[in-house]
Amino acid sequence: MGSANLSEVAYLPDTVTRSVKLLVAGPFGVGKTTFVGSVSEIRPLRTEEPITKASVGVDDLAGLPAKTSTTVAMDFGRRTFGGVALYLFGTPGQHRFLPMWDELARGALGALVLVDTRRLDHCDEILSAVEKRGLPYTVAVNEFEGARRYPAQEIREALDLAPTTPLTVCDARDQSSSAKALIVLVEHLTTRREMLA
Amino acid sequence: MSRRRRDPGLVRAYVMTGGVLRPSRELGLVTLLVAREAPVQGLAPEPRRVLGVCSRHGALSVAEVAAHLDLPPSVVTILASALLDSGHLAVPVPDAGAPDIDVLREVLRGLRQLV
Repeated sequence: MGSANLSEVAYLPDTVTRSVKLLVAGPFGVGKTTFVGSVSEIRPLRTEEPITKASVGVDDLAGLPAKTSTTVAMDFGRRTFGGVALYLFGTPGQHRFLPMWDELARGALGALVLVDTRRLDHCDEILSAVEKRGLPYTVAVNEFEGARRYPAQEIREALDLAPTTPLTVCDARDQSSSAKALIVLVEHLTTRREMLA
Repeated sequence: MSRRRRDPGLVRAYVMTGGVLRPSRELGLVTLLVAREAPVQGLAPEPRRVLGVCSRHGALSVAEVAAHLDLPPSVVTILASALLDSGHLAVPVPDAGAPDIDVLREVLRGLRQLV
């Protein structure tokens, strides 16, 4: 375990004093890391947290005899806008990591849920996990080449989306298209806050 | 019959924090950190590494520090909390305590320029 290669570290400009955390959620293989990479100004980074099945972090170490452990990996990216650094965290898509979402959701202002129309049935548990944490969210269909296009209403019904939940389409490989999907999310978040204010 | 071993990853995390199990502060993954001028004598190797990757001239988030050092975010949170307590690190202070909505509007303006 060496030291970090400081030449690879991209420090924020010293005008940045605020940060925002948004989640990019979705099932395994839906294109979350691609999406994060499209918008990020830095090469996406990865954190790895060793966890037991019972806990996150090192809290429960004392007296743990033999709990099976694994590593939960998160890819994230960053984009600076004026005095604000936007951080996008791709959530681990695997079912077994859903209990970790309490930690992931902490401090997040909202979530973009990416879906793949070829596997809409995989999205139920992701939407439930987002809703359970009370995170406001919007849904974006990542349009894979060759995948059949469906009318928005059919997708809404398949996902059982509330009429107030915005649904959009994007190409996760494309910066402009990914930014548009994020705009829908951030507009949704600001509107909600204005209504609550 | 041999004793079953504890998980090496978790033991490693425990050792790196000097046996501290919980952070002294509420830090999140996107809490920003900057280094401050302070003597580093007496710091253990792991806190020294955290301090070494932070800069006095530009912030990094807790998550970035963790990724660059290949340390679990939970460990960085504990180490960074102690370094904030000791004055080696600081959290940048916003000019005005802008509420979340102003921050979101700034993000929105920026995103629109990417389209």
